Amino acid sequence: MKNVCKQDLMAMNGDEAVAYAVKQADVDVVAAYPITPQTIIVEKFSEYVANGEVETEFVCTESEHSALTACLAAAVTGARTFTASASAGLALMHEMLFVTSGCRAPVVMAIANRALSAPLNIHGDHSDTMAQRDSGWIQLYVENAQEAYDSIIQAFRIAEDLQVLLPAMVGLDGFTLSHSLENVNGLPDEVVKKFVGVRELPLVATHEGKNAPFKLDPEKPMTMGPIAFPDYYFEFKRQQDEAMKNALSVIQRVHDEYAELSGRSYGNGLFEAYQLDDAEVAAVCLGSTAGTMKTVVDELRQDGVKAGLLRLRTFRPLPVEELQKALSHAKAIAVMDRSLSFGGNGGAVFHEIRHVLYDAATHPFVVNYVYGLGGRDSSPKELRVIYEELQRILQTKHVEKTINYLGLRE
Amino acid sequence: MSSRGKSWKEIAPAGVCSKSSTTFLTGDWKTYLPLRDLEKCTRCLLCVIFCPDGAIHWKPEKADIEFDYSFCKGCGICANECPTKAITMKLEKE
Ligand code: SF4
Ligand code: SF4
Repeated sequence: MKNVCKQDLMAMNGDEAVAYAVKQADVDVVAAYPITPQTIIVEKFSEYVANGEVETEFVCTESEHSALTACLAAAVTGARTFTASASAGLALMHEMLFVTSGCRAPVVMAIANRALSAPLNIHGDHSDTMAQRDSGWIQLYVENAQEAYDSIIQAFRIAEDLQVLLPAMVGLDGFTLSHSLENVNGLPDEVVKKFVGVRELPLVATHEGKNAPFKLDPEKPMTMGPIAFPDYYFEFKRQQDEAMKNALSVIQRVHDEYAELSGRSYGNGLFEAYQLDDAEVAAVCLGSTAGTMKTVVDELRQDGVKAGLLRLRTFRPLPVEELQKALSHAKAIAVMDRSLSFGGNGGAVFHEIRHVLYDAATHPFVVNYVYGLGGRDSSPKELRVIYEELQRILQTKHVEKTINYLGLRE
Repeated sequence: MSSRGKSWKEIAPAGVCSKSSTTFLTGDWKTYLPLRDLEKCTRCLLCVIFCPDGAIHWKPEKADIEFDYSFCKGCGICANECPTKAITMKLEKE
């Protein structure tokens, strides 16, 4: 990559890396409410504000519901906006998540993924964002602090793209990523500023039949967030689904463009295939667990096992066709879920990957591994069990248990 | 119903601007109509401020207020707030 620019190597945890990306991304409004393990993001960002390092309007709200509402209100005036949350905070935003996506407001939000109460638990799992998968937000999950930094910058471009205009959340595993110090390469300020650019606004037809920029402006008043009765509501929802589909190519394009600048890429931007091409046994996972899984795959490969991994980065929109292609060679697949759909026979990722594979000609065995709830650690030794079970399934052509709980005391 | 409207490809995102509130008359579903006793009214303008729909206007040329029944929804807030009880709510059909 010849055009890769010179970068600063910094020691940062995932939260600080997110705050640093937001600092560079020329954000107009940040409205937030603190919650562990996200707090460092807005704490760090408020420092930038206090030091005069950014010109961002920083709004301290009284709740997460208000934080997202403030971001939405700012975003419809054409502002670039950011917030961050986790767990109960994201749950409190639930109502406004739908309003934000329905208003087509490209708010970017970082989520330091955390379990939900009760019992009270502040540690990492994906229950918070998985519970919001149908809220109309783009969802990216990152593997490390570096990717958190890179993905936040990309998220502004993706969300604000005129073919997309949807809010986007970037999930980083609570504590494992949010609080762990890593080496992070940062692009120069002006490079990021140029990459994110100035937010463009689409033209929409006004009631006078003229075109006006899609923004709330007292000079050119237009109705935002109107009522839609049964005769039109469905059509607006169909538009959102189309925008999600458009996001698939935009995510890849923005990822590739960023890779040119930074020299860093994450598969095709939608997912990362690790030793997958000739894999017979493969696992699918999200987030930081992929780091450990890659080590396990390497060990297995040394032992002659054709093991592979698919690390799903873009969960919404789900890259259905691309996933079908990437997983088409594997004969037995384990889908890993760091959240649980109680009574739903496994976790959300399992349901969706299995749905993707239903139309695959190869018809592989697909099993589910629920793991790491409430921040429980998964060691390489434990994760290796997944592949051993897949090998056993291939030998016996028999699935003993479709839904498995990894590292649970039975 | 579904065959008569526009398709999802033709409408503005998020339903913006489909109709301006000034051309969309919202007063047609009221049941009660506010009627003002000109003798009792002191032109204090409290009703103008309290009306949630901006349906009462101050007309400087007449030095008086005017109800815009195209937007009045008949909620009765003006009648409730009027300090001189100058406004009474009457069934519209009467
Ligand atoms: S509040 Fe009553 S007295 Fe005051 S302007 Fe309105 S009608 Fe008249
Ligand atoms: S009845 Fe309600 S809407 Fe009508 S003028 Fe009075 S306050 Fe306004």
